[in-house]
Amino acid sequence: MAAPLTDNEALFQFLLRMGDNTLILGHRVSEWCGHAPVLEEDIALANTALDLIGQTQMWLGLAGEVQGEGKSADDLAFLRDVWDFRNLLLVEVPNEDFGRTLMRQFLFDAWHSIQLGHLMKSSDDRIAAIAAKTSKEVTYHLERSADTVVGLGDGTAQSHDFMQTALDYLWPYVGEMFTSDPVDAAMVKAGIAPDPASLRADYDVLIKRVLTEATLTIPDSDFAHKGGRTGAMHTEHLGHLLTHMQWLQRAYPGASW
Amino acid sequence: MSQVTTQPSVDQIWEWLDAVPDPEIPVISLVDLGIIRGVEWQGGTLVVSVTPTYSGCPATAIINLDIETALRDHGLDKIQLKTQIAPPWTTDWMSEKGRAKLEEFGIAPPQAAGGPERCPNCQSKNVTRVSQFGSTPCKAHWRCQDCLEPFDYFKCI
Repeated sequence: MAAPLTDNEALFQFLLRMGDNTLILGHRVSEWCGHAPVLEEDIALANTALDLIGQTQMWLGLAGEVQGEGKSADDLAFLRDVWDFRNLLLVEVPNEDFGRTLMRQFLFDAWHSIQLGHLMKSSDDRIAAIAAKTSKEVTYHLERSADTVVGLGDGTAQSHDFMQTALDYLWPYVGEMFTSDPVDAAMVKAGIAPDPASLRADYDVLIKRVLTEATLTIPDSDFAHKGGRTGAMHTEHLGHLLTHMQWLQRAYPGASW
Repeated sequence: MSQVTTQPSVDQIWEWLDAVPDPEIPVISLVDLGIIRGVEWQGGTLVVSVTPTYSGCPATAIINLDIETALRDHGLDKIQLKTQIAPPWTTDWMSEKGRAKLEEFGIAPPQAAGGPERCPNCQSKNVTRVSQFGSTPCKAHWRCQDCLEPFDYFKCI
């Protein structure tokens, strides 16, 4: 049995969860750069990825400060291996196709926007400031991903099928966003962050409205893959992603721009 | 390069910074853009607080470099740049002068309604959105239905 978490360790873990979500999703979305179906979509995806990577600098920058070992956001992004990442499994699944990419973005944006709304009232001023800054961008992301999910879901028979297939594939990754553990309990106690489970009702209302408009069917299952945000078990995809993302630092340790 | 013997006033420094162009949209200055949040002397060190427009804006590092270079050219050598994220930047902080210059340049300035008021080229109000995102994080892509020219719209946040 591991020693109980100190408040500082819990805060560090919480910040890694925020920063690793934006880092890994930002990297995934950036994989579309130069490959999207039309130029406007390419630019939109690249801009979204850029926002997410910018947000990562703030979350992981603060995580490094809280950890107190002199690590920068870059150190945390590029010098950790799979087992130290705390992102949701949802954000590490491969892009597969444009439909899945946008459905994943929507399912994440919906959670992210609700979470940041709560974090703007965090007892930790540093977290409240990052949330206030980033929620403006995330509101914009959500507007776009929701519009696209509706456009493609309620589009042609083919685009509808792609979106339903994407939703069916991604649905088992949704539940992890609302699981709670001792890190979350410590955040709730300190008034830093809400209990993840408490966000579910708002989330369900939001996604039901959009997915209904998109003429898509939410799968009737509450099975959830878990292990990303605790680090207990990631999918095999994260390791492959890191070999690309961290290649430069692995090949040329300490290389700088 | 001139060497400063007496400390220039804060007003003077604001004036110098108002001559530093935004690296992506050089028709407006960093002051017009509303991202310089504070200028103050702390002892012999000049502290300039800068707020980012978008978290991932790639111009942020260049902006800091440009500020430092401009102030050094005016003879200052003890400069500290601080990133200030709260309260978050809003397009409300853009100056009237900046908004007018943007439009003159062909970029529709931000509007509370969430879209451009008119085409910056022909002033027609018959405009349509092409994409919510544009050539930089702060812009969206629109088109005029009358003169048919595409144009950038500075997003309102």
